[in-house]
Amino acid sequence: MFRNQYDNDASTWSPQGCIFQVDYASEAVKQGTAVVGLKSKTHVVLVAVKRSPSELASYQKKIIRIDDHMGIAVAGLTSDARVLSNYLRTEAMRSKMVYGRALPVGRAVSAIGDKAQTNTQEYGRRPYGVGLLVIGHDDTGPHLYEFSPSGIVSEYYGYSIGARSQSARTNLERNFERFEELSLQELVVQGLRALRDTMPQGKQLDSMNTSIGFVGMDTKMTILDGDGTQPYLDQLDEAEAMDTE
Amino acid sequence: MDLAMQARPMEAPIEAHNHNRWSPYVDNGGTTLAIAGADYVLVASDTRQSDGYLINSRYSPKAFVLSNNAVLGTSGCSADSKRLYEVLEQRAQLYQHRHDRQISTPALAQLLSNTMYSRRMLPYYVFPVLAGIDAKGAGAAYSYDAVGNMQRVTGVCFGSASALIQPFLDNQVRFKNQRDADPNRLLTREEAFKIAVDAFTSATERDIYTGDYLEIFIVDAAGAHKEMRELKHD
Repeated sequence: MFRNQYDNDASTWSPQGCIFQVDYASEAVKQGTAVVGLKSKTHVVLVAVKRSPSELASYQKKIIRIDDHMGIAVAGLTSDARVLSNYLRTEAMRSKMVYGRALPVGRAVSAIGDKAQTNTQEYGRRPYGVGLLVIGHDDTGPHLYEFSPSGIVSEYYGYSIGARSQSARTNLERNFERFEELSLQELVVQGLRALRDTMPQGKQLDSMNTSIGFVGMDTKMTILDGDGTQPYLDQLDEAEAMDTE
Repeated sequence: MDLAMQARPMEAPIEAHNHNRWSPYVDNGGTTLAIAGADYVLVASDTRQSDGYLINSRYSPKAFVLSNNAVLGTSGCSADSKRLYEVLEQRAQLYQHRHDRQISTPALAQLLSNTMYSRRMLPYYVFPVLAGIDAKGAGAAYSYDAVGNMQRVTGVCFGSASALIQPFLDNQVRFKNQRDADPNRLLTREEAFKIAVDAFTSATERDIYTGDYLEIFIVDAAGAHKEMRELKHD
Protein backbone atom coordinates (compact mmCIF):
# COMPACT_ATOMS: atom_id res chain seq x y z
CA MET A 1 0.00 0.00 0.00
CA PHE A 2 1.18 3.47 -0.74
CA ARG A 3 -0.03 6.77 0.67
CA ASN A 4 -3.06 8.05 -1.18
CA GLN A 5 -5.78 10.66 -0.96
CA TYR A 6 -8.27 8.28 0.70
CA ASP A 7 -6.24 7.26 3.73
CA ASN A 8 -6.36 10.30 5.97
CA ASP A 9 -9.20 9.26 8.25
CA ALA A 10 -11.49 6.40 9.10
CA SER A 11 -14.56 8.12 7.66
CA THR A 12 -13.37 8.05 4.05
CA TRP A 13 -14.02 5.16 1.67
CA SER A 14 -11.67 4.49 -1.24
CA PRO A 15 -13.19 3.93 -4.70
CA GLN A 16 -12.26 0.23 -4.40
CA GLY A 17 -14.33 -0.09 -1.22
CA CYS A 18 -11.52 0.03 1.37
CA ILE A 19 -11.21 2.12 4.48
CA PHE A 20 -7.45 2.47 4.44
CA GLN A 21 -7.09 3.43 8.09
CA VAL A 22 -8.63 0.09 9.04
CA ASP A 23 -6.32 -1.74 6.66
CA TYR A 24 -3.34 0.08 8.12
CA ALA A 25 -4.46 -0.95 11.59
CA SER A 26 -4.41 -4.57 10.44
CA GLU A 27 -0.79 -4.04 9.48
CA ALA A 28 -0.05 -3.31 13.14
CA VAL A 29 -1.46 -6.73 13.99
CA LYS A 30 0.91 -8.35 11.50
CA GLN A 31 3.82 -6.72 13.31
CA GLY A 32 3.08 -8.59 16.50
CA THR A 33 4.55 -12.02 17.23
CA ALA A 34 2.43 -15.00 16.25
CA VAL A 35 -0.32 -16.53 18.35
CA VAL A 36 -2.12 -19.78 17.55
CA GLY A 37 -5.51 -20.99 18.74
CA LEU A 38 -7.17 -24.38 18.24
CA LYS A 39 -10.03 -26.36 19.76
CA SER A 40 -11.16 -29.90 20.42
CA LYS A 41 -14.52 -31.26 21.50
CA THR A 42 -13.82 -30.30 25.11
CA HIS A 43 -11.03 -27.74 25.26
CA VAL A 44 -9.62 -24.75 23.44
CA VAL A 45 -5.97 -23.74 23.57
CA LEU A 46 -3.82 -20.68 22.86
CA VAL A 47 -0.07 -20.74 22.33
CA ALA A 48 2.02 -17.63 21.74
CA VAL A 49 5.55 -16.42 21.13
CA LYS A 50 6.56 -13.68 23.52
CA ARG A 51 8.90 -10.90 22.46
CA SER A 52 11.45 -9.13 24.59
CA PRO A 53 12.63 -5.69 23.47
CA SER A 54 16.13 -6.35 24.80
CA GLU A 55 18.04 -8.80 26.98
CA LEU A 56 17.49 -6.48 29.92
CA ALA A 57 13.73 -6.48 29.54
CA SER A 58 11.04 -8.98 30.41
CA TYR A 59 8.99 -10.77 27.79
CA GLN A 60 5.74 -9.04 26.85
CA LYS A 61 2.61 -10.79 28.11
CA LYS A 62 0.64 -12.30 25.22
CA ILE A 63 -2.20 -14.21 26.89
CA ILE A 64 -4.62 -12.51 29.27
CA ARG A 65 -7.25 -14.09 31.51
CA ILE A 66 -10.68 -12.48 31.19
CA ASP A 67 -12.67 -14.73 33.50
CA ASP A 68 -12.64 -18.30 34.76
CA HIS A 69 -14.07 -19.42 31.42
CA MET A 70 -12.44 -17.03 28.96
CA GLY A 71 -9.05 -15.74 27.83
CA ILE A 72 -7.45 -13.84 24.95
CA ALA A 73 -4.18 -13.81 23.05
CA VAL A 74 -2.92 -10.53 21.66
CA ALA A 75 -1.06 -9.46 18.51
CA GLY A 76 -0.34 -5.79 17.88
CA LEU A 77 -0.50 -2.70 20.11
CA THR A 78 -0.42 -4.11 23.62
CA SER A 79 -1.84 -0.92 25.13
CA ASP A 80 -4.96 -1.24 22.95
CA ALA A 81 -5.15 -4.87 24.02
CA ARG A 82 -5.10 -3.84 27.67
CA VAL A 83 -8.01 -1.47 27.16
CA LEU A 84 -10.03 -4.13 25.38
CA SER A 85 -9.23 -6.78 27.98
CA ASN A 86 -10.29 -4.47 30.83
CA TYR A 87 -13.53 -3.86 28.97
CA LEU A 88 -14.07 -7.62 28.48
CA ARG A 89 -13.38 -8.27 32.15
CA THR A 90 -15.93 -5.68 33.18
CA GLU A 91 -18.50 -7.11 30.78
CA ALA A 92 -17.83 -10.62 32.08
CA MET A 93 -18.41 -9.51 35.68
CA ARG A 94 -21.45 -7.49 34.73
CA SER A 95 -22.94 -10.55 33.06
CA LYS A 96 -22.58 -12.53 36.27
CA MET A 97 -24.10 -9.72 38.34
CA VAL A 98 -27.03 -9.02 36.01
CA TYR A 99 -27.89 -12.48 34.64
CA GLY A 100 -26.30 -14.78 37.18
CA ARG A 101 -24.34 -16.66 34.50
CA ALA A 102 -20.96 -16.54 32.82
CA LEU A 103 -20.72 -14.31 29.73
CA PRO A 104 -21.23 -16.42 26.58
CA VAL A 105 -18.14 -16.14 24.38
CA GLY A 106 -20.13 -15.09 21.31
CA ARG A 107 -21.62 -12.16 23.23
CA ALA A 108 -18.20 -11.12 24.48
CA VAL A 109 -16.70 -10.92 20.99
CA SER A 110 -19.81 -9.15 19.66
CA ALA A 111 -19.33 -6.55 22.36
CA ILE A 112 -15.74 -5.78 21.39
CA GLY A 113 -16.59 -6.10 17.70
CA ASP A 114 -19.21 -3.37 18.11
CA LYS A 115 -16.82 -1.29 20.17
CA ALA A 116 -14.14 -1.54 17.48
CA GLN A 117 -16.60 -0.76 14.70
CA THR A 118 -17.40 2.67 16.13
CA ASN A 119 -13.74 3.56 15.70
CA THR A 120 -14.02 2.80 12.00
CA GLN A 121 -16.92 5.10 11.35
CA GLU A 122 -16.28 8.25 13.33
CA TYR A 123 -14.23 11.18 12.28
CA GLY A 124 -11.24 11.88 14.51
CA ARG A 125 -11.00 8.38 16.02
CA ARG A 126 -8.53 5.69 15.12
CA PRO A 127 -9.17 1.95 14.85
CA TYR A 128 -7.75 -0.33 17.57
CA GLY A 129 -4.30 -1.54 16.52
CA VAL A 130 -4.63 -5.03 17.90
CA GLY A 131 -5.95 -8.41 16.82
CA LEU A 132 -7.16 -10.96 19.36
CA LEU A 133 -7.76 -14.67 19.48
CA VAL A 134 -10.53 -15.12 22.04
CA ILE A 135 -11.03 -18.53 23.63
CA GLY A 136 -13.72 -19.57 26.02
CA HIS A 137 -16.02 -22.30 27.19
CA ASP A 138 -19.74 -21.73 27.75
CA ASP A 139 -22.86 -23.89 27.70
CA THR A 140 -22.52 -24.38 23.94
CA GLY A 141 -19.04 -25.81 24.34
CA PRO A 142 -15.53 -24.56 23.60
CA HIS A 143 -15.06 -21.62 21.22
CA LEU A 144 -12.26 -19.86 19.36
CA TYR A 145 -12.83 -16.47 17.77
CA GLU A 146 -10.65 -14.01 15.86
CA PHE A 147 -11.18 -10.31 16.51
CA SER A 148 -9.68 -7.76 14.12
CA PRO A 149 -9.39 -3.94 14.14
CA SER A 150 -12.22 -3.69 11.62
CA GLY A 151 -14.57 -5.12 14.24
CA ILE A 152 -15.06 -8.26 12.17
CA VAL A 153 -15.32 -11.34 14.32
CA SER A 154 -15.11 -14.93 13.05
CA GLU A 155 -15.24 -18.31 14.73
CA TYR A 156 -12.65 -20.98 13.94
CA TYR A 157 -11.60 -24.56 14.60
CA GLY A 158 -8.04 -23.30 14.53
CA TYR A 159 -6.40 -20.03 13.53
CA SER A 160 -3.28 -17.89 13.84
CA ILE A 161 -2.52 -14.16 13.65
CA GLY A 162 0.66 -12.10 13.85
CA ALA A 163 4.04 -12.24 12.12
CA ARG A 164 4.54 -15.25 9.80
CA SER A 165 1.18 -16.61 10.93
CA GLN A 166 0.41 -17.94 7.43
CA SER A 167 2.82 -20.82 8.08
CA ALA A 168 0.89 -21.73 11.22
CA ARG A 169 -2.45 -21.46 9.40
CA THR A 170 -1.15 -23.81 6.70
CA ASN A 171 -0.13 -26.30 9.39
CA LEU A 172 -3.56 -26.01 11.02
CA GLU A 173 -5.38 -26.45 7.71
CA ARG A 174 -3.56 -29.72 7.14
CA ASN A 175 -4.35 -31.07 10.62
CA PHE A 176 -7.53 -29.51 11.98
CA GLU A 177 -9.81 -32.47 11.21
CA ARG A 178 -7.90 -34.47 13.83
CA PHE A 179 -8.35 -31.92 16.62
CA GLU A 180 -11.80 -32.94 17.85
CA GLU A 181 -10.78 -36.09 19.70
CA LEU A 182 -7.44 -34.87 21.06
CA SER A 183 -6.78 -34.65 24.77
CA LEU A 184 -5.83 -31.30 26.26
CA GLN A 185 -2.13 -32.26 26.32
CA GLU A 186 -2.17 -33.38 22.70
CA LEU A 187 -4.02 -30.22 21.68
CA VAL A 188 -1.37 -28.00 23.29
CA VAL A 189 1.42 -29.89 21.55
CA GLN A 190 -0.42 -29.59 18.20
CA GLY A 191 -0.65 -25.85 18.79
CA LEU A 192 3.06 -25.65 19.55
CA ARG A 193 3.86 -27.51 16.36
CA ALA A 194 1.90 -24.94 14.35
CA LEU A 195 3.47 -22.10 16.32
CA ARG A 196 6.97 -23.45 15.68
CA ASP A 197 6.40 -22.94 11.95
CA THR A 198 6.21 -19.17 12.55
CA MET A 199 9.63 -18.95 14.14
CA PRO A 200 12.33 -17.30 12.03
CA GLN A 201 15.51 -19.18 11.11
CA GLY A 202 17.77 -19.88 14.05
CA LYS A 203 15.16 -19.15 16.72
CA GLN A 204 13.52 -21.79 18.90
CA LEU A 205 10.50 -22.00 21.14
CA ASP A 206 11.72 -22.20 24.73
CA SER A 207 10.28 -21.73 28.19
CA MET A 208 11.25 -18.03 28.18
CA ASN A 209 9.48 -17.00 24.99
CA THR A 210 6.48 -19.36 24.97
CA SER A 211 3.13 -18.81 26.62
CA ILE A 212 0.31 -21.38 26.83
CA GLY A 213 -3.32 -20.79 27.74
CA PHE A 214 -6.26 -23.16 27.84
CA VAL A 215 -9.83 -23.51 29.04
CA GLY A 216 -12.51 -26.13 28.73
CA MET A 217 -15.20 -28.21 30.35
CA ASP A 218 -14.09 -28.67 34.00
CA THR A 219 -10.93 -26.65 33.29
CA LYS A 220 -10.73 -23.04 34.41
CA MET A 221 -8.85 -20.56 32.24
CA THR A 222 -5.20 -21.31 32.96
CA ILE A 223 -2.08 -19.54 31.69
CA LEU A 224 1.35 -21.17 31.76
CA ASP A 225 4.63 -19.32 31.43
CA GLY A 226 8.26 -20.13 32.16
CA ASP A 227 8.82 -23.55 33.75
CA GLY A 228 5.13 -24.37 33.34
CA THR A 229 5.58 -24.59 29.58
CA GLN A 230 8.58 -26.93 29.71
CA PRO A 231 6.66 -30.25 29.93
CA TYR A 232 4.77 -29.35 26.77
CA LEU A 233 7.87 -28.12 24.94
CA ASP A 234 9.59 -31.41 25.86
CA GLN A 235 6.69 -33.31 24.29
CA LEU A 236 7.11 -31.17 21.19
CA ASP A 237 10.64 -32.43 20.74
CA GLU A 238 9.50 -36.04 21.26
CA ALA A 239 6.70 -35.56 18.77
CA GLU A 240 9.21 -34.24 16.26
CA ALA A 241 11.00 -37.58 16.38
CA MET A 242 7.73 -39.36 15.56
CA ASP A 243 6.50 -36.76 13.09
CA THR A 244 4.79 -38.37 10.12
CA GLU A 245 3.80 -35.13 8.33
CA MET B 1 -55.14 47.45 76.26
CA ASP B 2 -55.48 46.25 72.72
CA LEU B 3 -56.23 42.51 72.90
CA ALA B 4 -54.38 41.92 69.69
CA MET B 5 -51.19 43.18 71.20
CA GLN B 6 -51.37 40.80 74.12
CA ALA B 7 -48.61 38.28 73.83
CA ARG B 8 -49.73 34.67 73.78
CA PRO B 9 -47.58 32.26 75.77
CA MET B 10 -45.11 30.50 73.46
CA GLU B 11 -46.17 26.95 72.62
CA ALA B 12 -43.93 24.17 71.40
CA PRO B 13 -44.58 23.79 67.67
CA ILE B 14 -46.52 20.62 66.89
CA GLU B 15 -44.40 18.21 64.80
CA ALA B 16 -46.07 16.05 62.21
CA HIS B 17 -44.90 12.40 62.38
CA ASN B 18 -45.98 9.99 59.69
CA HIS B 19 -46.11 6.66 61.50
CA ASN B 20 -47.25 4.87 58.36
CA ARG B 21 -44.03 5.49 56.44
CA TRP B 22 -42.65 2.73 54.21
CA SER B 23 -39.18 1.51 55.25
CA PRO B 24 -36.68 0.17 52.75
CA TYR B 25 -35.28 -2.11 55.46
CA VAL B 26 -36.48 -5.45 56.73
CA ASP B 27 -34.80 -7.63 59.35
CA ASN B 28 -34.79 -11.22 58.15
CA GLY B 29 -33.57 -12.56 61.48
CA GLY B 30 -30.99 -15.24 62.06
CA THR B 31 -27.61 -15.31 63.73
CA THR B 32 -23.96 -15.51 62.70
CA LEU B 33 -20.83 -16.05 64.77
CA ALA B 34 -17.10 -16.20 64.13
CA ILE B 35 -14.22 -17.67 66.16
CA ALA B 36 -10.58 -17.10 65.22
CA GLY B 37 -7.86 -19.65 66.03
CA ALA B 38 -4.10 -19.96 65.65
CA ASP B 39 -4.22 -21.35 62.12
CA TYR B 40 -7.94 -21.43 61.24
CA VAL B 41 -11.08 -19.36 61.57
CA LEU B 42 -14.64 -20.60 62.00
CA VAL B 43 -17.87 -18.98 60.82
CA ALA B 44 -21.22 -20.43 61.84
CA SER B 45 -24.65 -19.17 60.84
CA ASP B 46 -28.16 -20.55 60.85
CA THR B 47 -30.18 -20.68 57.64
CA ARG B 48 -33.64 -19.55 58.69
CA GLN B 49 -34.92 -16.46 56.90
CA SER B 50 -37.93 -14.81 58.48
CA ASP B 51 -40.10 -11.70 58.24
CA GLY B 52 -41.74 -11.08 61.56
CA TYR B 53 -43.67 -14.21 62.55
CA LEU B 54 -43.43 -15.66 59.04
CA ILE B 55 -40.69 -17.98 57.92
CA ASN B 56 -39.60 -17.15 54.36
CA SER B 57 -37.22 -20.06 54.07
CA ARG B 58 -35.72 -22.77 56.24
CA TYR B 59 -32.62 -22.87 54.04
CA SER B 60 -31.32 -19.50 52.92
CA PRO B 61 -27.55 -19.41 53.53
CA LYS B 62 -26.14 -16.35 55.24
CA ALA B 63 -22.45 -17.09 54.91
CA PHE B 64 -20.70 -16.89 51.56
CA VAL B 65 -17.32 -18.13 50.40
CA LEU B 66 -15.31 -15.59 48.42
CA SER B 67 -12.92 -16.43 45.61
CA ASN B 68 -9.89 -15.82 47.88
CA ASN B 69 -11.27 -18.47 50.30
CA ALA B 70 -12.39 -15.92 52.86
CA VAL B 71 -15.91 -16.28 54.27
CA LEU B 72 -18.39 -13.44 54.66
CA GLY B 73 -20.92 -14.14 57.40
CA THR B 74 -23.93 -11.84 57.45
CA SER B 75 -27.00 -10.92 59.48
CA GLY B 76 -29.74 -8.36 59.14
CA CYS B 77 -31.42 -7.77 55.81
CA SER B 78 -31.11 -10.78 53.52
CA ALA B 79 -31.28 -8.84 50.26
CA ASP B 80 -28.60 -6.40 51.40
CA SER B 81 -26.44 -9.30 52.63
CA LYS B 82 -26.57 -11.05 49.27
CA ARG B 83 -25.88 -7.85 47.38
CA LEU B 84 -23.00 -6.96 49.68
CA TYR B 85 -21.48 -10.37 49.02
CA GLU B 86 -21.87 -9.91 45.23
CA VAL B 87 -20.33 -6.45 45.32
CA LEU B 88 -17.46 -7.61 47.52
CA GLU B 89 -16.79 -10.61 45.31
CA GLN B 90 -16.66 -8.36 42.24
CA ARG B 91 -14.14 -6.10 43.97
CA ALA B 92 -12.06 -9.17 44.92
CA GLN B 93 -12.06 -10.35 41.29
CA LEU B 94 -11.11 -6.89 40.04
CA TYR B 95 -8.20 -6.95 42.48
CA GLN B 96 -7.15 -10.33 41.10
CA HIS B 97 -7.26 -8.99 37.55
CA ARG B 98 -5.24 -5.88 38.36
CA HIS B 99 -2.65 -7.45 40.68
CA ASP B 100 -2.44 -10.92 39.13
CA ARG B 101 -2.89 -12.51 42.55
CA GLN B 102 -5.65 -13.06 45.10
CA ILE B 103 -6.57 -10.31 47.51
CA SER B 104 -5.30 -10.83 51.06
CA THR B 105 -7.69 -11.05 54.00
CA PRO B 106 -6.61 -7.74 55.63
CA ALA B 107 -6.95 -5.92 52.30
CA LEU B 108 -10.37 -7.41 51.75
CA ALA B 109 -11.35 -6.41 55.27
CA GLN B 110 -10.46 -2.79 54.61
CA LEU B 111 -12.20 -2.95 51.26
CA LEU B 112 -15.38 -4.17 52.96
CA SER B 113 -15.21 -1.33 55.44
CA ASN B 114 -14.89 1.24 52.65
CA THR B 115 -17.66 -0.39 50.63
CA MET B 116 -20.03 -0.13 53.56
CA TYR B 117 -19.10 3.43 54.40
CA SER B 118 -19.63 4.48 50.77
CA ARG B 119 -23.30 3.84 51.52
CA ARG B 120 -23.27 5.96 54.65
CA MET B 121 -26.49 7.75 53.68
CA LEU B 122 -28.46 4.59 52.84
CA PRO B 123 -26.53 1.83 54.56
CA TYR B 124 -26.43 -1.86 53.82
CA TYR B 125 -28.55 -3.21 56.64
CA VAL B 126 -25.98 -5.92 57.27
CA PHE B 127 -23.83 -6.71 60.28
CA PRO B 128 -21.09 -8.76 58.67
CA VAL B 129 -18.12 -10.75 59.85
CA LEU B 130 -15.27 -11.41 57.47
CA ALA B 131 -13.08 -14.42 58.19
CA GLY B 132 -9.87 -15.57 56.52
CA ILE B 133 -6.22 -16.40 56.99
CA ASP B 134 -3.90 -13.41 57.44
CA ALA B 135 -0.42 -12.89 56.01
CA LYS B 136 1.21 -14.78 58.89
CA GLY B 137 -1.05 -17.81 58.51
CA ALA B 138 -3.13 -17.03 61.60
CA GLY B 139 -6.91 -17.05 61.65
CA ALA B 140 -8.42 -13.56 61.35
CA ALA B 141 -12.01 -12.49 61.97
CA TYR B 142 -13.19 -8.93 61.43
CA SER B 143 -16.53 -7.60 62.66
CA TYR B 144 -18.38 -4.56 61.31
CA ASP B 145 -21.38 -2.41 62.02
CA ALA B 146 -23.77 -1.36 59.26
CA VAL B 147 -21.60 1.55 58.13
CA GLY B 148 -18.29 -0.24 58.10
CA ASN B 149 -16.74 0.30 61.52
CA MET B 150 -14.20 -2.50 61.58
CA GLN B 151 -12.57 -4.41 64.41
CA ARG B 152 -10.40 -7.51 64.40
CA VAL B 153 -11.79 -10.03 66.91
CA THR B 154 -11.37 -13.54 68.24
CA GLY B 155 -15.00 -14.24 69.05
CA VAL B 156 -18.05 -12.30 67.90
CA CYS B 157 -21.75 -12.90 67.25
CA PHE B 158 -24.28 -10.79 65.32
CA GLY B 159 -27.95 -11.21 64.61
CA SER B 160 -31.18 -11.95 66.43
CA ALA B 161 -29.57 -14.20 69.08
CA SER B 162 -26.43 -12.12 69.55
CA ALA B 163 -27.46 -11.08 73.05
CA LEU B 164 -27.67 -14.76 74.00
CA ILE B 165 -24.47 -15.93 72.32
CA GLN B 166 -22.00 -13.05 72.63
CA PRO B 167 -21.72 -13.32 76.46
CA PHE B 168 -21.16 -17.04 76.06
CA LEU B 169 -18.35 -16.39 73.58
CA ASP B 170 -16.84 -13.71 75.80
CA ASN B 171 -16.54 -16.28 78.56
CA GLN B 172 -15.65 -19.41 76.59
CA VAL B 173 -13.58 -18.00 73.70
CA ARG B 174 -12.07 -14.85 75.17
CA PHE B 175 -12.00 -16.27 78.72
CA LYS B 176 -13.39 -13.10 80.24
CA ASN B 177 -14.34 -13.18 83.90
CA GLN B 178 -12.48 -16.41 84.50
CA ARG B 179 -9.96 -15.88 87.22
CA ASP B 180 -7.34 -18.49 86.37
CA ALA B 181 -7.75 -18.67 82.61
CA ASP B 182 -5.15 -17.52 80.09
CA PRO B 183 -6.92 -14.81 78.07
CA ASN B 184 -4.48 -15.21 75.18
CA ARG B 185 -5.14 -18.90 74.64
CA LEU B 186 -6.73 -19.64 71.29
CA LEU B 187 -9.15 -22.50 70.81
CA THR B 188 -8.47 -25.64 68.82
CA ARG B 189 -10.74 -26.41 65.88
CA GLU B 190 -12.55 -29.12 67.79
CA GLU B 191 -13.20 -26.82 70.75
CA ALA B 192 -14.41 -24.00 68.53
CA PHE B 193 -16.66 -26.37 66.59
CA LYS B 194 -18.31 -27.66 69.77
CA ILE B 195 -18.80 -24.15 71.09
CA ALA B 196 -20.39 -23.04 67.83
CA VAL B 197 -22.79 -25.98 67.77
CA ASP B 198 -23.71 -25.57 71.46
CA ALA B 199 -24.21 -21.84 71.01
CA PHE B 200 -26.66 -22.39 68.19
CA THR B 201 -28.60 -25.28 69.66
CA SER B 202 -29.11 -23.20 72.81
CA ALA B 203 -29.98 -20.03 70.93
CA THR B 204 -32.48 -21.98 68.82
CA GLU B 205 -34.37 -22.92 72.00
CA ARG B 206 -34.96 -19.33 73.06
CA ASP B 207 -34.79 -17.19 69.90
CA ILE B 208 -37.69 -17.73 67.51
CA TYR B 209 -35.74 -16.34 64.57
CA THR B 210 -32.86 -18.80 64.89
CA GLY B 211 -33.11 -22.44 63.83
CA ASP B 212 -33.66 -24.92 60.96
CA TYR B 213 -30.07 -25.63 59.81
CA LEU B 214 -26.60 -24.61 60.89
CA GLU B 215 -23.78 -24.06 58.42
CA ILE B 216 -20.26 -24.07 59.81
CA PHE B 217 -17.33 -22.95 57.68
CA ILE B 218 -13.75 -23.64 58.72
CA VAL B 219 -11.15 -21.65 56.78
CA ASP B 220 -7.49 -22.58 56.89
CA ALA B 221 -4.49 -22.53 54.58
CA ALA B 222 -6.06 -25.34 52.52
CA GLY B 223 -9.24 -23.37 51.86
CA ALA B 224 -12.80 -23.18 53.12
CA HIS B 225 -14.58 -26.34 54.26
CA LYS B 226 -18.30 -26.50 55.11
CA GLU B 227 -20.25 -28.68 57.48
CA MET B 228 -23.96 -28.69 58.21
CA ARG B 229 -26.01 -29.60 61.23
CA GLU B 230 -29.73 -29.72 61.77
CA LEU B 231 -31.34 -27.35 64.24
CA LYS B 232 -34.84 -27.47 65.64
CA HIS B 233 -37.47 -26.43 63.15
CA ASP B 234 -39.89 -24.88 65.63
